[in-house]
Amino acid sequence: MPMDTWSLEPLLVSAAGGVLIGLSAVLMMAFSGRIAGVSGIVGGLLPPVPVPDWAWRIAFAAGLLIGPWLVALLTAELPIGRPTVGWMPLLAAGLLVGVGTSLGNGCTSGHGVCGLARLSMRSLVAVAIFMATAAGTVFVLRHAV
Amino acid sequence: MRSVIAALAAGIVFGVGLSISGMTDPAIVLAFLDIAGEWNPRLAFVMGAAVPTTFLGYRWAFRRSAPILGGTFSLPPTHGLDRALIGGAALFGMGWGLAGYCPGPAIASLSAGRAEVIGFVAAMLVGMTAVRVLFRLRPQARSRTGQA
Repeated sequence: MPMDTWSLEPLLVSAAGGVLIGLSAVLMMAFSGRIAGVSGIVGGLLPPVPVPDWAWRIAFAAGLLIGPWLVALLTAELPIGRPTVGWMPLLAAGLLVGVGTSLGNGCTSGHGVCGLARLSMRSLVAVAIFMATAAGTVFVLRHAV
Repeated sequence: MRSVIAALAAGIVFGVGLSISGMTDPAIVLAFLDIAGEWNPRLAFVMGAAVPTTFLGYRWAFRRSAPILGGTFSLPPTHGLDRALIGGAALFGMGWGLAGYCPGPAIASLSAGRAEVIGFVAAMLVGMTAVRVLFRLRPQARSRTGQA
């Protein structure tokens, strides 16, 4: 890890990013009455149910891709990191994330941001569980094998 | 049309927030999850700012009886645990810890056009579709269990 892990600036910038994520969630709720949960928004585009409201879902997902490019206009660097693992773990992780967020009805944004902000017991339990299994997985991969 | 513009704006703000806060770098996310390693606290600062902002903003939004663009507030239930929620959250966490991508940062990271990230998102969509088809998720069923 870089030396600046605990220096102030990245932490403040991260908090500022968190405020923007919160504002985005508030925007979705105030204007459209929707939870800004990425897995739910994207999942609604998938079979078997043909959704009549696909356009706003595509628009939100497109915005997620445009955001980093706007940052790149200011900083001259696209703020996207590289994967740290190979193809097989990436594909397995993608399947797990897809299956898990569909079964559990939410991810870091839907349960983690919107759900906790609604003081949802379901979201609190979901966040505690996925944080624990994520940290457990990293521990096993990095320190136990 | 106005709801599409609102969603685009919200998506852009979300994408800027994720990418300036380091969440589109899986190394930073995995370092947060690595509590026995050189711990990186950035994700805690993101959540610690996002949740109170949303909490306060929702209080403002809910002062109206309906969303600004019409319709109703679509709110998933907050209480009642079931095996799908618990098992799903457990599986999601395993996938998150394996690669350091959750759905938002993964989709935002498509902006760099990297083949591996496209592969991750494709696998994620396959997983989502499999569950939706197997469990025959319908709008009614989703509003019952809550789509967050």
